[in-house]
Amino acid sequence: MPVSMTPLAITAYTATSAMGRGLLAQLDAMRHSCSGLRPNDFSSAPLACWVGRVDGVEDNALPTALAAWECRNNRLAWLGLNQDGFLARVLAARGRYGARRIALLLGTSTASIGATEEAYRRLDPDGGFADDMLRPAIHTPHSLAGFVTAVLGLEGPSLTISTACSSSAKVFASAERLIRLGLVDAAVVGGVDTLCDSVLFGFNSLELVSTEPCRPFDAARDGISIGEAAGFALLERIDTAPEAPRLLGYGEASDAYHMSTPHPDGLGAELALRDALERAGLDASQVDYINLHGTASQKNDEVEAALVNRSFPSRTRASSTKGFTGHTLGAAGIVEATIALQAIEHGLIPGNLGGSAPDPICGAQFAWRNERQRVDVALSNSFGFGGNNACLAFARAGFAA
Amino acid sequence: MSALRVYIEGVGLWSPQLVDFAALRSLLAGNTPEPPPARPAAATLPSNERRRAPESVLLAIEVAGQAVTMSGRDASGLACVFTSSHGDQPITDYMCATLAQAPADLSPIRFHNSVHNAPVGYWTIATGCHAPSTALAAQRASFGAGLLEAVSQVLAEHRPVLLVCSDTAVSGPLLEVTGCTQSFGCAIVLAPEPSATTMASLQLSLTTTRSISTLAEPLAHWREANAAAAALPLLALLAEGRGRCQLDAAATLGLQIDMESVA
Repeated sequence: MPVSMTPLAITAYTATSAMGRGLLAQLDAMRHSCSGLRPNDFSSAPLACWVGRVDGVEDNALPTALAAWECRNNRLAWLGLNQDGFLARVLAARGRYGARRIALLLGTSTASIGATEEAYRRLDPDGGFADDMLRPAIHTPHSLAGFVTAVLGLEGPSLTISTACSSSAKVFASAERLIRLGLVDAAVVGGVDTLCDSVLFGFNSLELVSTEPCRPFDAARDGISIGEAAGFALLERIDTAPEAPRLLGYGEASDAYHMSTPHPDGLGAELALRDALERAGLDASQVDYINLHGTASQKNDEVEAALVNRSFPSRTRASSTKGFTGHTLGAAGIVEATIALQAIEHGLIPGNLGGSAPDPICGAQFAWRNERQRVDVALSNSFGFGGNNACLAFARAGFAA
Repeated sequence: MSALRVYIEGVGLWSPQLVDFAALRSLLAGNTPEPPPARPAAATLPSNERRRAPESVLLAIEVAGQAVTMSGRDASGLACVFTSSHGDQPITDYMCATLAQAPADLSPIRFHNSVHNAPVGYWTIATGCHAPSTALAAQRASFGAGLLEAVSQVLAEHRPVLLVCSDTAVSGPLLEVTGCTQSFGCAIVLAPEPSATTMASLQLSLTTTRSISTLAEPLAHWREANAAAAALPLLALLAEGRGRCQLDAAATLGLQIDMESVA
């Protein structure tokens, strides 16, 4: 039995992905079932696949004062922080609580490895990094959190969580614990991952990348499309913002099965789901919407569809939104958390884009097209390599489990 | 803010000079401990995995196994916090070099071993652990940040937690930016209550006063040579019995630790 948690207010949130910059663009793309995927025009050598690329990242240089942090991942982080007034909301919170009393917890799978790749593509004749690439702070997994800490001027706990594709879901759990223990009063959580050769050629080497736009839960699905994204949320105690949507619970568990294949019975995913529901004090029948991990890999979707089937009534709606964004890896948790929050805010269940010929394993819970209904409780699933599973539970303000 | 109090039940340690925590104790007592073999034994891994595993995985699993054995706990029920400043640097070096020359030749096994949570993934598989597991990084403060995360799990979830901090050495172009010239790994098992295997209690508090504990040679040099060895002031306290040290938990945040021996 997990320890129950006190719900937290989500007082600001934002996301930037191939769907566009900020929440309005994201909502608009979902309303119009408009995918952000495009033929791969990113990798340093040709690779036949589709990618969820964010337009204009390369055109937005960092401010001069932050130039030491230059790299694609931090540019996307900067772009993301500047949407939906998020930066200003954090600075206001810093004014209220003090820089020491706000934690920063960000998830990423590869951080700015793209910059390290670039350094290796243009080594000096002596075999060392070129002078402009001799910036230790960007050649490390903590690059993203280091950069965002500098941007926000925060002085509290600052941590990178890197558990592959569950990274930016798990940040919510770590943040809740720090707030519950009174170590901080608020937390900035989120995640950023950018397209890079490592993940494009890496997932390709595992034969997990489709040559077409990904088709989550489709009978003919044949792999993922990789995307990039930045997303952030500000968590505070609910007495400071009683009208804000809430983080109600989280669950974390390990498959203990295989490094790159999910447990065939979805054991870790189910443990994470049960943990989240119990911690939130929820019964599965109270869940209105689940944003699924739904990567469009054979195994993930098979295992996850079976989990949905055996755990939820048909009135619970479920969909993957990877067809909009591609799999944004370490940023998937936060992007899909913001989609769950928008489902609550706008009553929009986004259709499972790309699943035109549903796999028969999928039950009646699947929303293949957009649906409109009131959503009080929404879950978000995130599963990663190494059998690392996380599930988040969100609810409308005032919802009582 | 109430004091953070946790109990240490087991310690693991491995470096090219020290085969385990007892070797550190011996060194600090003025002896010259026998150095370990070149590769960490990592006996927790099945032998086929052990042959194939990269050093980052062997190192983390070696120290994790030592600490859990000392604690007497069943590894399958321990939540896991694995932290590393740079992940598997030899694999990063391999991947970046391969991607620069022949990207389509990238090895799928090296790719899946490149994820930052590979060591904790292998550990949970080897021990049948379904508990929550996480993998962290915080530049030079990875040990202190990992300790803070582990302590927050111990106290907020009321459960024992295995903390592992390790970084492997690297050669090649990456060395110039990571400065990691020798491997170092350590692990501790933390619990919310004292037990029969409790070695010491820790009382922790956050501070913005920057003050890093000094170390005598050769420990000071080892700390320079590997970010994970930032744990050494705490490990030395554990070896010596009691006292206070301070570690970085973030760039501008310190973790002050008061340790008392219990055994």
